[in-house]
Formats: sequence, C-alpha cells, structure tokens
Amino acid sequence: MMSYGRIEHHPVLGPLPPAETCSFSYDGRLYKAREGESIAAALLAGGVRTLRLHEENGSPRGIYCNIGHCMECRVTIGGITGVRACLTPVKEGMDVRSGTVLPTPFRQMAEDERSPSL
Amino acid sequence: MNTFYDLIVVGAGPAGLAAACSAAQAGLKVLLLDEFMKPGGRLLGQLHQEPGGAWWNGIREAELLVLGARNAGAHIQTGVSVTGLNRTSDNSWTIWTNQGCYHAPFVLLATGAAESANPLPGWTLPGVMSIGAAQVMTNVQRVRVGNRGVVIGMSVLAMAIVSELRLAGINLAAIVLPPGNALSGNASDPEAVLGSLLRFADLAPSAMLKYGAKLLQSSMLRKLALTFFPKQGIRMLDVPLQLRRCAIEIVGRDAVEGVLIADVTARGEPIAGSERIVEADFVCIAGGLYPLAELAAVAGCPFRYVPELGGHVPVHGENMQTPLPGLYVAGNITGVESAKVAIAQGTVAGLSIAINAAAKKAPGEAEVKDAMAQVKRTRSEALIQFHPDIARSRAKLYQTEIV
Ligand SMILES: Cc1cc2nc3c(=O)[nH]c(=O)nc-3n(C[C@H](O)[C@H](O)[C@H](O)COP(=O)(O)OP(=O)(O)OC[C@H]3O[C@@H](n4cnc5c(N)ncnc54)[C@H](O)[C@@H]3O)c2cc1C
Ligand code: FES
Repeated sequence: MMSYGRIEHHPVLGPLPPAETCSFSYDGRLYKAREGESIAAALLAGGVRTLRLHEENGSPRGIYCNIGHCMECRVTIGGITGVRACLTPVKEGMDVRSGTVLPTPFRQMAEDERSPSL
Repeated sequence: MNTFYDLIVVGAGPAGLAAACSAAQAGLKVLLLDEFMKPGGRLLGQLHQEPGGAWWNGIREAELLVLGARNAGAHIQTGVSVTGLNRTSDNSWTIWTNQGCYHAPFVLLATGAAESANPLPGWTLPGVMSIGAAQVMTNVQRVRVGNRGVVIGMSVLAMAIVSELRLAGINLAAIVLPPGNALSGNASDPEAVLGSLLRFADLAPSAMLKYGAKLLQSSMLRKLALTFFPKQGIRMLDVPLQLRRCAIEIVGRDAVEGVLIADVTARGEPIAGSERIVEADFVCIAGGLYPLAELAAVAGCPFRYVPELGGHVPVHGENMQTPLPGLYVAGNITGVESAKVAIAQGTVAGLSIAINAAAKKAPGEAEVKDAMAQVKRTRSEALIQFHPDIARSRAKLYQTEIV
C-alpha cells in the first residue's frame, strides 16, 4: 500500500508541531496516529483510502467532505456502526472496522422477473 | 449537563466564537457546541495572503477567537453533534445532541456552509474528495492527499485552495471544467467561468487574468479570448488552468487512477474524439457553497431563497434574530461570505441576544448599530466575494423581512 505521508514542513505554517503518538487497529491491522487527529487523517497518512464497501453494491468508498457533512466515511468502532471517521479522534487501542456489504432482502424485482398479474 | 445556560451556540466557527465572546462579556452564561474535534470551523483551513502581504492564517485566527470566548467565560464543547431542537412550553429551547439534551432560553445557530458537488461518473471512488476536504487535510491535518491531483471546477474557493495545495507542495496535473449536466449549470460554461474568474483575479495569480480583468469585461471580448484560449491551458502556480477542457469521468478500479477529459467548444460542449486520460491519484471536486441550515428548518424557521447568498436562508433581521422567539442565526448559515464577515455577524448576534436577555452588562442599542455597520464595512472590504450582489441581496432581505 502506498503511503502519502505527512506535510512535515510548510513554508507558512512551519514545521509539523510535535505530538504524542498512539496506535489503533483498522480491520485488525495496527496503525499509528498523532494524538488527537481524526481516524480518517491517520489512515490516509498510513496509505489507507478505502474506509468501507458500499452496503448494497460493494463499491469502495473513502472520505468525501472531511468535515462531517456527507457520511461517506462511516466506520464501526467498538461495535457502534455509522461513526464518521473524519470527525472522530483516534484513541489509543481503538478498534476500527470498515463497513462491508449487507444483505438486502428487499431488493426491487426487475421488470421481467415480475409475475404477469402484477 | 444540568448546568443552566442563557445561550447555547451551535457551531464554534468564527461566527459562533465571536457571538459567544460578546454574549459572555455582557454577562450571559454561554455554551458553545461543535461536532468537529477542534473549535474554529472552516476558518481553521484558511490560509491566504492579504492584499498588504500579511498572511491570513486560519489556525492562528481561530486560536485568538477561542481565547477570546474562553476568557469571556464561555464554555466550549467539541465532538458534540446537534441533531435537533424544539421550543418547550416554558419558553425555552431543548437542544438534542448525540450526547444528551441541553436547555436554554436563547439559541444561536452558527452552523456555517457546506459544499455542493458536481457529480460525475466515478466520483464515489476513494481518492475523490471535495476541494474543501483537501484544504482541511492539507492545512489542518497536515496529511498529503496524494501525489498528483486533478481539480474539477473553477470557483473562487477552488482558486484559493489550489494556491494552498501548491504552497504545501501538493502537485496538480490540471484544473478542468466539470462536465455539462443538469446540476453543473454555469459551472461548465467557459464564458461564465471566465467571467467569474476575472472577479477574483487576485486569487488566481496569472498575468492573463490580472491584466485581462479590465479588458475582458465585455462579453464579446471574452468570447474572443475563449476562442484563442490555449487547449493546454494557462499556467497558474504551475498548474494548467484549462478553460477549454472538461472532465467526463473519473476512472480507477479500487481508487482513483485518472480522469477522462475532453476538449470543449467555446460554449462548453465536449468535442468528440478529443478524449484522453490524465493520470492522477486524487481528484478534488469544486462545487459551490450553500448555507448549512437544516437545524433552522427543524426548529420551524421560515426560509427565503436568495441565490446571491448561496440558496435557502433562514429568515432573519439585520440584528440576526429569526421570527422564532429566542432563535438567532449568524455566519454562513445566513449566506455564504468570508470568515471576517462571519465574525462581524457573530458579534451582532451576541450583542442583540444580550439585550433581549436583559443581560447584566447588556450593551446599548447604539453598540448593536455600530456592530451592524461593521458587518457592512467588512463585507465591502472582503478579499473573497462569493457573489457580486451580496450587499444588495442583504439590503433587500432586511428591508422586506421585518422581524
Ligand atoms: C470547506 C469550506 C472551505 C472554505 N474555505 C474558505 C476559504 O478558504 N476562505 C474563505 O473566505 N471562506 C471559506 N469558506 C467559507 C466559510 O464558510 C467562512 O469563511 C466561515 O468559516 C464561515 O463561518 P461560520 O462561523 O459561519 O461557519 P463555519 O466556519 O463553517 O463553522 C460552523 C461550525 O459549526 C459546526 N457544526 C455544523 N453543524 C453542526 C451540528 N449539527 N452540530 C454541531 N456542530 C455543528 C461545524 O463543525 C463548524 O465547526 C469555506 C467554507 C467551506 C464549507
Ligand atoms: S467525509 Fe464526509 S462525513 Fe466524513
């Protein structure tokens, strides 16, 4: 997996301020984070862009807005689903899981599958 | 959680922070709630050079506002999402959050703005993000969004953020138009885009735009300029600004691998056979901004549609009061403008709430009038004008809507 890394030096904002690091897991793999940063930022810095698979069609999804508006970044933390990775700070030992395809029992029938009486 | 507050402010962006500061200084007990990890709102990501050369560093400006609000005695709580609010029988408001309920007689909604998207095929691939997402990732989180990007859409916000990405050393392969479709409207029309680019020529440091700004005021000359506009674009901060190319589709299997682009006619229609792939590992979609006003709707506030302000805005007066008792609005929820205007509006809201709440050190009406004049002054001096007719539409809104 490709790592994009961090912006260590910035001509106006200066060097990246020092921060404590902590570790957390994402789908069982360990990652490092800067204390207080969002799950989405820590994962992107670690090269992870896909945060879940679409519940119905399985297409990969990552952050879109990065500020809590779009809900594209939802992950599961400690069993709680639908948590926005872009708004949630990483905590030491956090167990983050991506979303996967869910059963969709109420899918609409295609036209030619319908019984003629309908 | 049972502490009594006079005022609950939803949103700790520049408007909410300034309001909390002036209301708390007047003696009100103020609680500020925000769902982001840090207070500061969209101000945090902002970084641009003022006409005098000084840097507007959003992180530093936000720190100053937070300090001001805290010193005045306001409490700030981050990581709290407000999901609803309703008026209760005891003339108070109940605020519903993901962490329980809060109550207060006065509520200020300062939830800011959100970005609208120009969707195109492939836009759900990981690596595609709104241009604002890239701004926050770069300036606030300090994480690289990728190695080589394409920006789709040319707005004032896009130009400001392209400069910020370049400043941080992020490479961009091209800035292209969005594809023409039912949602893109003027954003895919080269002439309309060129017209709006000229309004913020200072933010798009390119000789052609700077010196062309005066020359290209007539539509006829703009059409002529477009006819001769180089297909490969003109360079802005080392990024080709391609007014004669549009994105057709974002391609990639599990993440962004490139963007299919095509040349367009001077009227924005793709030219068949000109399609090609630009390699990229991230894409920023730059739509527009619209007021994030759902909570005002949930509260039952009436709305007006004001396109110059970014869309539907809650009805409010120049003193930021809505027709609902105890409910106020300030900042981009009332219309999309720059952070300095939001700060000035927040001060107005804080002062008028203090008067209405008969606060211990409530200001006089004259002070509110001064603060309202300050909003207008700030507006007229704003570096980033999101729309040329903001002042006029505000005047109309405040005269016709008597609260
Ligand atoms: C992505 C983006 C980038 C921008 N970049 C620029 C720029 O470069 N230059 C410029 O001049 N202007 C920019 N703007 C415009 C910007 O909106 C204003 O400059 C200014 O920040 C508006 O201030 P505000 O206080 O009204 O709202 P904001 O700064 O948006 O603050 C609103 C706050 O409310 C919080 N909030 C919203 N809803 C809830 C809820 N339900 N519960 C809890 N908290 C909530 C948010 O987390 C946020 O912190 C940008 C806007 C956006 C959306
Ligand atoms: S990326 Fe949009 S809500 Fe998290």
